[in-house]
Amino acid sequence: MRELFTADAGPALINIALLAILFVVAIAIARLRSLFAIVMLSGVYSLVSAAWYIAVDAVDVGYTEAAVGAGMSTAVLLGAMLLTARTAKPEKPLKKLGPFLICGATAVMLIYATVDLPGLGDPNAPANTGAGLTYLQVNWFDTGVPNVVTSVLATYRGFDTMGETVVVFVAGLAVAMLLGFGERSLAETLRTAKKRRGKGKEGEGS
Amino acid sequence: MTAAALIAILIGMGLLLVRALLGPTLYDRILAVNAIGTKTVLVIGLLGYVMGRPDFLDIAMIYTLINFVTTIAILKFFRYRSFQVPLARRIDPAKEAE
Repeated sequence: MRELFTADAGPALINIALLAILFVVAIAIARLRSLFAIVMLSGVYSLVSAAWYIAVDAVDVGYTEAAVGAGMSTAVLLGAMLLTARTAKPEKPLKKLGPFLICGATAVMLIYATVDLPGLGDPNAPANTGAGLTYLQVNWFDTGVPNVVTSVLATYRGFDTMGETVVVFVAGLAVAMLLGFGERSLAETLRTAKKRRGKGKEGEGS
Repeated sequence: MTAAALIAILIGMGLLLVRALLGPTLYDRILAVNAIGTKTVLVIGLLGYVMGRPDFLDIAMIYTLINFVTTIAILKFFRYRSFQVPLARRIDPAKEAE
């Protein structure tokens, strides 16, 4: 019994628990008909998967997932729900056949593509020779971060990552300034212009 | 001790998940989703101590902020059916002049 609680058992149990929650949520999203419940559950899915990314030490991916998946896409999906119905229509079983075949074909192609890939941890793989090997040797002493990809992104290419973040932020800010918010937004301006035009036509008619 | 707390919180997440899936009303679902977010933050915080890296607390704090913003967005959507309405009460300049 003592051997069960070794250093590896704890993280493994946490991984299993988080992945089980993700599995249940994914099945529920596929089965539910209420669109609002689906949007809520997709937010849950993003947050839990972000926590799982943290558990496997991919901190940068976890941040992105939490910001984009849980924060942004929930709001965007709710906005999209304004334009559609509240519940999805039940589909005929025959109509599901096409998407199922496409998914199956994609899965078969992806599995076929992995046949050529080098094995996990293969020392002769192109990724593990050259610069990659140097990072693997130096990384732990330089940063102390277990995940090499995260440490390369956040430390060795820290300025590069910061520049990317600034570019994305400026692009988002520019779009927000062009579209605007509240009563000065583009949608509101168009609506008032339409109203004014409508009134003008009425005046001409009478 | 922290491991036991972590397991307890994971079980709590499972129970909340049942409420989010079955929830008869929408408000049950909103509450369940918000509580699951809070539990996720706690899981990340405790995970740092279980795995021996307390730095995870910083990440947990950012998750708290994101969770809060999401809940506010959902509630605003329910109140106004739109994201365009500002949350602060607008002062009418015409009435202000009187």
